[in-house]
Amino acid sequence: MARVTVATDVPVAVPDVRRPRRPGRLSELLEKQHVLAGVLLAPTLAILLLFIAYPFVLGIWLAVSDKVVGRPGNFVGLDNFRVNLNDSIFLRAFQNTFIYTFIATALKLALGMGAALLLNHHFRFKRIVRASMLLPWIVPTVLSTLAWQWMFDATFSVFNWVLMNVGIISDRILWLGDGVLAMGCLIAVNVWRGMPFFAITLLAGLQTVNPDLHEAAEIDGANAWQRFWRVTLPLIKPIMLVVVLFSMIATFADFQLIYVLTRGGPYSSTHVFGTYAYEIAMRAAKLGQGASISLFLFPFLLTVIVFQLWYIRKSD
Amino acid sequence: MAESGGASILNRRTFLRAAGAATGAAIAGGIPGIVAAQKPPSFPKGTKLNILEWVSFVPASDVEFKRLATEFGKLAGVDVTVDLINMNDLNPRIASAIETKAGPDIIMMISNWPHLYADGLADVDDLAQEISKRDGAFYEHNEKVSVVGGHWKAVPLCSVPSTWAYREDWFKEEGATKFPDTWDEWRKVGIALKKKKRPMGQAFGHSLGDPNNWAYSVTWGFGGAEIDKAGKVVINSKETIEAVKFTVAVWKDCLDEGGLAWDDSSNNRAYLAGTCSATINGASIYFVAKRQFPDIAKVTGHGHMPKGPGGRFYSIGGQGRSIMKYSKNQQVAKEFLRWFMDRPQYEKWMGANDGYVVGPTPHWEKHPLWEKDPKLAPFKESVKYGRWPGYPGQPSRKASEALVKYILVDMYAQAIKGMKAEDAVKWAEGELKKAYA
Repeated sequence: MARVTVATDVPVAVPDVRRPRRPGRLSELLEKQHVLAGVLLAPTLAILLLFIAYPFVLGIWLAVSDKVVGRPGNFVGLDNFRVNLNDSIFLRAFQNTFIYTFIATALKLALGMGAALLLNHHFRFKRIVRASMLLPWIVPTVLSTLAWQWMFDATFSVFNWVLMNVGIISDRILWLGDGVLAMGCLIAVNVWRGMPFFAITLLAGLQTVNPDLHEAAEIDGANAWQRFWRVTLPLIKPIMLVVVLFSMIATFADFQLIYVLTRGGPYSSTHVFGTYAYEIAMRAAKLGQGASISLFLFPFLLTVIVFQLWYIRKSD
Repeated sequence: MAESGGASILNRRTFLRAAGAATGAAIAGGIPGIVAAQKPPSFPKGTKLNILEWVSFVPASDVEFKRLATEFGKLAGVDVTVDLINMNDLNPRIASAIETKAGPDIIMMISNWPHLYADGLADVDDLAQEISKRDGAFYEHNEKVSVVGGHWKAVPLCSVPSTWAYREDWFKEEGATKFPDTWDEWRKVGIALKKKKRPMGQAFGHSLGDPNNWAYSVTWGFGGAEIDKAGKVVINSKETIEAVKFTVAVWKDCLDEGGLAWDDSSNNRAYLAGTCSATINGASIYFVAKRQFPDIAKVTGHGHMPKGPGGRFYSIGGQGRSIMKYSKNQQVAKEFLRWFMDRPQYEKWMGANDGYVVGPTPHWEKHPLWEKDPKLAPFKESVKYGRWPGYPGQPSRKASEALVKYILVDMYAQAIKGMKAEDAVKWAEGELKKAYA
């Protein structure tokens, strides 16, 4: 309220009749929903463009070029992909990537589900057990893989020592000295490392399941397996699919674990896309060729993502 | 000035005169004067120099290198920083530095890397020639890996050869008073040793050092090669097939059959644990034994790679230091390399390595350290038989591709796992033709 003086010299309160301040142009703009949405989304969009879209587009460009370190690349079309398909080591890496991803993911899902069901029960030290479950997932991959390397060592393997002392084997097992066995070891370590992620995420899903539904099913005569299959599983399916999706993406692109344990050996029997692309791009300095190996992942990952997202949406 | 495309556009003499005047330390006599005075020149205040190297397997080497870098910094008035990273991390760092044109001024090159990164490296022709004029011609493998297209792209630093570390006491028990000179003699002793559960050890997994040492040296030793001088793939020869057959035979007769799962450190552990009687390695096994297992050190000797029908060979890429083309401090970088490679400094650094590295020229065969411990003599001599990836062809990018694909190593490994020698060599031929296409 403004104060004005009238003839009586008595201050009288009168209403402020000045026109309200017009909002600035910027404020006016921000009042519009689509503009505000754009402004709020801009930082995210900038980050996505800078850190996702640009490297991706650059990766595509490299894959269709003959780029080597220090020289400008020339467009070579699909030559790099043709070279890859004629390369026996690449074809082995291709096959390995799928074997590694599908077997490891399936085992992580099965064991993770089992662990989640167990952890969903009440027992003493439940919290400590739950927390310790996460340890393999928390420890840096390189560190834990180095420990596994020792355990698989040709001369000093603790597994061999135990198996020999128990009398199960008489001669050492060369865990990383045979292609099939080495791949099995890689999958085992990946499962050991990734299973807690499944267990904890699925546990979170299990805790959202209303116990009344189980009770009702039990009253209707459903056994434990039927309750799990008909009640629990459908309810946690969306979260299960999300965790499988994330895990498949991470396992497809795995690098550290394999590079530390075998570097693709013996006789290139454990190379996956990631390790082979690294050798070609970084050690042979053929960035274009290396990018084309990495890019082979893309169509498969895209298919997996589209399918799973479609399935989740359909389920909803 | 010899640098091509470098950021230093000052004439070198003008620069040094200006720098000398600015600091009040006029450098009389230019470079010859500097060399004679054993002092680096002074540079304008605020000049920086960043050096990237591997973490040496001999910690004292890194300590001495850092000390020398600091000393140069003080003498030249330059802010010198040294970054040491794992050898395996050097490739990505070099690639990103060259692609972004930013990073260290000097980077260590291992084996034929100057050929891989030639377009991002400054020429150092004058410096390399100056050193070889003073200390004698560089060893052939040092020169081959450093010269690209007729220009020196790295200043050879040293070689890190691997010889056979062996148990003298166990070999004596089998009648070998010295390390066998030929592969045939080597096999005879190996058979006797393995019968006593004292196999020799050799890695055939995927690690860059030991498996390739066998694969290349034995192939050459039997008269085979992946390519000829002109770069044509010639691996599919009766000589290579013989080398593969020999390897398969000794795998069963002489070697620890865990080798397919070994990496570069497995043989060190096995030897020091007393489970293997001999293995190809750098001097690091001996150094660790001296510190931690003196009883084993006492009975450890070093022997040369045995001779085959094709001769005696070592796969030695050597190491060098390159000045990056993007560097704005190329002049300082070159002065540092000149100062470091000069005898008083290099002698100290080589001494700190205690026999782990061999100097790049014959001059360093006279270093006092070789007299101090005669057990290390084979390392000094091995460089004379040193060959590079791709020998007798060029240590080119293509040779690198063959190397990182472990084509020769896998040729042997597949034969060990049961593939016929002829088929394994044929497989290698197919892969090499693609790599060298």
